[in-house]
Amino acid sequence: MLLARIVGTVVATRKDERLQSAKLMVVRPIDPSGKPEGNYLVAVDTVDAGVGETVLVVSGSSARMASGLKDCPIDAAIVGVIDQIDVQDTRSRAATEETGSRSATQTQETGSRPATQETASRPATQTQETGSRPATQTQETGSRPSTSRDPVS
Amino acid sequence: MQLARVIGDVVATVKDANLHSHKLLILQPMLPDLTAAGRAVVAVDWTGAGLGEHVFFVRGKEASFPFLPSEPPVDACVVGIVDEIDVPETRPESATQETGSRPGTIRDPVS
Repeated sequence: MLLARIVGTVVATRKDERLQSAKLMVVRPIDPSGKPEGNYLVAVDTVDAGVGETVLVVSGSSARMASGLKDCPIDAAIVGVIDQIDVQDTRSRAATEETGSRSATQTQETGSRPATQETASRPATQTQETGSRPATQTQETGSRPSTSRDPVS
Repeated sequence: MQLARVIGDVVATVKDANLHSHKLLILQPMLPDLTAAGRAVVAVDWTGAGLGEHVFFVRGKEASFPFLPSEPPVDACVVGIVDEIDVPETRPESATQETGSRPGTIRDPVS
């Protein structure tokens, strides 16, 4: 499954009849820190998610197993609305520079969540905010490392 | 199936009915020498794996097979926890020195 953020909706009048009454959303995959990555997808929404929410997207033939989508011609479905993402091991995420600079010792000492971030904000601004947050500020927030919390919930 | 490290978890209250009571883990796929390879994915846990553990997971429709006859909408499922990887050709020097085991053998640091 992929973590993704809903960035828009799709309306189609003429479509396969098994897709009628399906709600189509445009989603953009994100990495666990909330940074957008990869291509946009059109996914069928089965959980009444809205634009801006962080969701769980299942792709491939498994998407048809989401409720109400049996035998539908789809390959991506939204099956959950994410409340919280906890990532404590940042060693393997070379792509995220801001998390890479955070020292492991700091994380262990505080046991708190320095990088709580608001996932509902627009991807571009969010990335900038996270990147510019200095270490001291991070400690002040007193929260656990790299937790993305969806403010919608 | 692919090797991965569990790097986190996900909480979702609103979700497909068939996904209820299943733990969702964030996995970082990795190579046999434990370097990260590719994008992080969210997978359902079938083994009771925890943070920092090395696991292998199955992708695609087969990911829902452990839950039969129920068919939850999942495309990645952790089906095993790695105790030891033995790939002589990778020979990661640092790992070998640390664990003091045979060349190319990596014991799960968690265990």
